[in-house]
Amino acid sequence: MHTVTRPIIIFLCICLVLLLLFPAVGGPFYTELVTKIMILSIFTISLDLLIGFTGLVSFGHAAFFGIGAYLLAILFNEVEHINYWWSLTLTLSLTGLAALVIGWLSIRTSGIYFIMLTLAFAQMCFYFFFESPHFGGDDGIFLANKPEIKFGTHQLIDLENEHHYYYFVLAWLVGVYLFLSMILRAPFGHVLIAIKANEQRVRALGYSTPHYKLVSFVIAGTIAGLAGFLEAAHTSFVTPAYLGWHESGMAIMMVILGGMGTLFGPVIGTFIVVLLQDFLPNFTEHWKLIMGGIIIGVVLFLPNGIAGLIYSISNRFTSSQKEHGREHV
Amino acid sequence: MSEIILRTEHLCKNFGGLKATDNVSLEFERGKVHAILGPNGAGKTTLINLLSGELLPSSGRILFKGYDITDARPEKVSRIGIGRSFQKTNILPGFSCLQNCWIGAQSCLLTSMRFFRPAKHLREVHRRADRALQICGLSSKRNQIASTMSYGEQRQLEIAMMLATEPELLLLDEPLAGMGSEESQQVTALLKELAKEQTLILIEHDMDAVFSLADRITVMVDGAELETGDVEQIRNSKAVQDAYLGHQEDAA
Repeated sequence: MHTVTRPIIIFLCICLVLLLLFPAVGGPFYTELVTKIMILSIFTISLDLLIGFTGLVSFGHAAFFGIGAYLLAILFNEVEHINYWWSLTLTLSLTGLAALVIGWLSIRTSGIYFIMLTLAFAQMCFYFFFESPHFGGDDGIFLANKPEIKFGTHQLIDLENEHHYYYFVLAWLVGVYLFLSMILRAPFGHVLIAIKANEQRVRALGYSTPHYKLVSFVIAGTIAGLAGFLEAAHTSFVTPAYLGWHESGMAIMMVILGGMGTLFGPVIGTFIVVLLQDFLPNFTEHWKLIMGGIIIGVVLFLPNGIAGLIYSISNRFTSSQKEHGREHV
Repeated sequence: MSEIILRTEHLCKNFGGLKATDNVSLEFERGKVHAILGPNGAGKTTLINLLSGELLPSSGRILFKGYDITDARPEKVSRIGIGRSFQKTNILPGFSCLQNCWIGAQSCLLTSMRFFRPAKHLREVHRRADRALQICGLSSKRNQIASTMSYGEQRQLEIAMMLATEPELLLLDEPLAGMGSEESQQVTALLKELAKEQTLILIEHDMDAVFSLADRITVMVDGAELETGDVEQIRNSKAVQDAYLGHQEDAA
């Protein structure tokens, strides 16, 4: 059970300040890129709730990302004059509903069967959009008009302005992080973490564990839908590839690389993977080999991911502080 | 004669052709320690698993305070006041002692589907977890990670987790299994303490512990009840000696 110690809080605050300042120095290209990374981070954080805290390895999490993205596109193209907040509410509820159905059927199984079932459901969703000409088929679908984010009559966010959207997404990322930290500190989160450690025992202590797993699955799916929604509004374009197993696999990799069961680890993992994908091709065309090597290295030498490394550094901090304290006493 | 808290009627459990539990009808009195003895493979753990809902019986009924709980699943059984400990240590290894008990204590909430307030602000949960640790003598180890404790302490924690749910009836599956004599004495003392206020159903191999703790003893052989009686009766029973005590002495 990870507790967020003071050095970690300071570390996270520094990261937040850096993210707040970044658009001032980053230039338009990198501001766009970091926006995209933050949206993906919302997606990987939600997967961490399942893999890192509930012990459910979902190999189909991208389905909810894709469903969220498609719902925004469909709502904006089919429903006239729909308001941004209404489409957000509808998207989140419908993604949550999809997660409820898929989760209800999947959590009956565990281990490898759960992985296979979630993968199968995600592939079903993938082929549904891939083969429906009405939704653009394999070409994907464009948003006919850009959504306008208004608060009352005041335009809150100008989507053409990359700085506006950057801060909008950053606010969502921080909000999702705080929301998940809150539920993990609440009684609900304690039960989830215990289920991951020893489900049989938690049942014997009086908890109907399938219900808890299902609620966790729905929360994670809904947040993934939020990420898809933000991404579609960002690019004005949705493709079936969003739902593919490749996306799900990448997300699992980012969670493991960053450190599962920590919430902030997956964000770091997402940043590293996407930035490497961006930088490495400049040096060599065999960059995927290097990428693979880095991932193997991290998994072999940092079993708890990069967050694990940060934790051990911060523990050294706190223990040396304690020793200082003792000297003073 | 005092109240019957738990009763089984013609309880059977078959695994394929094997009758793991064969027509067992037992009555357990409130406030007593009822031990279940039997050689390996006699079906003691199967019986506990049936009572706690881990397994569903093939036929027969289980009544807790007059209510039929035959088909109840483990979480339901725990909720209505039957706690159990496991033969194989079954704790949350990466958690501290307190956190282990916490999960049990949290079951005092109507539901743990609570998302907003931090769990550490719940006073009743604190009280229960602290009490369970105190009874088991683990108060000083409350912040120690469970997997770093000695085997004996882990066995005590196993019992503390169950106590944190504040059950009316305790099912203990070999609480002394695999312990050294010193640890074993400690846990026996703990069980004696529990027996003062609680109803215990105890499965145990350790004869001395059973004879010193139990009010009533049931001896099982091949899934069936061989004999039930008080300590003296069982000690002197010819059938029991043949079936069980005799074997042990031969082996020794």
